[in-house]
Amino acid sequence: MRKIIKPCGLHCIKVHHLGVTIGQQEILRDINLHIHCGSLNAVVGRNGAGKSTLIRAILGDLPHSGLIEFKDTENGRLQKMRIGYVPQSLNIDKHTPVSVYDMIACYQSRIPAFLKKSRRVRAQILEALKIFEAEELLDRQVCNLSGGELQRVLLSMAIMDEPHLLLLDEPVSGIDQKGMGIFYRTIYHLKENYDLAIVLISHDLDYVARYADKVILLDGTIQKQGTVKEVYGSPEFAAVFGEDAARGGSKDSGAFGSGVSKCSGAFGSSGSKCSGAFGSSGSKDSGTFGGSGSKGCGTPDLELEKGGADCE
Amino acid sequence: MSNGWEWLQFDFMRLAFLAVLLITPLFGLLGTMIVSRKMAFFSDALGHSALTGIAIGVVCGMEDTSLAMVLFAIVFALLLNRISSKNAAATDTIISVFSSCSIAVGLAILSRGGNFSKYSSLLVGDILSISRREVVYLALILGVTLIFWVCCSNWLEALSLHRALARSKHIPVRAMEYIFAVLVALIVTLSIKWVGILIINALLILPAASSRNISQNLREYHFFSLVFAVFSGILGLILSYYTNVAAGPMIVILASLIYFATYLYGKKIA
Repeated sequence: MRKIIKPCGLHCIKVHHLGVTIGQQEILRDINLHIHCGSLNAVVGRNGAGKSTLIRAILGDLPHSGLIEFKDTENGRLQKMRIGYVPQSLNIDKHTPVSVYDMIACYQSRIPAFLKKSRRVRAQILEALKIFEAEELLDRQVCNLSGGELQRVLLSMAIMDEPHLLLLDEPVSGIDQKGMGIFYRTIYHLKENYDLAIVLISHDLDYVARYADKVILLDGTIQKQGTVKEVYGSPEFAAVFGEDAARGGSKDSGAFGSGVSKCSGAFGSSGSKCSGAFGSSGSKDSGTFGGSGSKGCGTPDLELEKGGADCE
Repeated sequence: MSNGWEWLQFDFMRLAFLAVLLITPLFGLLGTMIVSRKMAFFSDALGHSALTGIAIGVVCGMEDTSLAMVLFAIVFALLLNRISSKNAAATDTIISVFSSCSIAVGLAILSRGGNFSKYSSLLVGDILSISRREVVYLALILGVTLIFWVCCSNWLEALSLHRALARSKHIPVRAMEYIFAVLVALIVTLSIKWVGILIINALLILPAASSRNISQNLREYHFFSLVFAVFSGILGLILSYYTNVAAGPMIVILASLIYFATYLYGKKIA
């Protein structure tokens, strides 16, 4: 049932001089971004740097200055950009009578969820949940899901209308280390197999170092953007996160070369379509993977992406 | 009391019965969303604004103060909606300020010259005094609400779960909020004469809150809310006839009993 679309590499999202001012306070200024399809872009920065604001501005939930442009170089600018969004959390109390089906149907369908359960909608939702191995959650109450389960449900919903851009807002809060490993592998799998660009707000610099293609260091405006190596080694990064983090990051990215083949093995075990050669080493590797040791595999750079492509 | 249906032989009781059959499902339905969206305070304030609306009608020398009441409530609802969307932090305080202010203005005007007793029936309401034309109005608004619900309840629910997420799915967030606020204003003011300012909010909130205690999905939530609302409405009306108690309070007492029962039951199964 999985839809595997290779990133076309032809369209991109450009943000020109984006700024957000709420009341008297200027929260973001002069943001310029160029996001390619098939890339994982991590936004990092201290608390209050405007990371969530950036995502909400791109979503259109906050008024902003500047321009967000979606370019499909094949067809000009005919297509309207579809955005998938995974919020930090939901506005939901205990005992809210909303099941996973209800929630997704409310966002995705016009068939009134309070009247009846449509078989067609149900099948669509199940198909999306399957991608994240969450089909058994269909009839659970949303308020009773764990952090990780809710995240998988929200991800399923976000990709239901095949977005060009997936925005993930601090999705790892409230999830343990193991859950985080699974989460990042899922995101990586998504990036590899779907034609979309991902912008991810993250607090975990280790995971960012391992998975992100591009890092955006934000503090009111973009302090530094580029590859993990470029950003983690920069003085701007050290100024925000301290010298230790900067060194740790560069060490991480330094360790790539040796870890590449192991990495793709681990991906294989995480439920992507890879099989065979990687299968045997998979479980062992994913063990190291889940841990927080700095010895783990590094950012999937070009070589790794090639490895992933070999899996297909 | 020969067959238990003797209360239906009076014209006013038949009309009142019809009115209950229209008002209670309306409230049961609307209540689900009011509770979901945590707007209980908002609908309460709207009920209070009815006094101000009538006062304005009196000052303007209008024959039919209902129109003034409905118009004022709509303006009031839009205003509250706008202000609370601007300052998300202290919505309850803002609503309280507006509500107190409007009820004070209403009371001040209506009590001028010691005439307030003329309007005191509004506080408790009297469903037995409803006229045929007013029943038709209620039927119309029930129809409108049903259509709106079928078209837009998904969006409203999506909105209550996460506003930005709803917007990312191209749901007309702002329009939905305003339409819903106006609908609540319309329904509250159109039924306030029969239910009463003091208890109208109880009737809106209780069936949905009771249903929430025992439901796990939206279908159960709506179904039980409607059942509880209609059941307490009809039984309350009949009991009020035999006990000579005002119908509104009797209905609310029954709805409260259902709430406590479902609360205990919900705790047991949880």
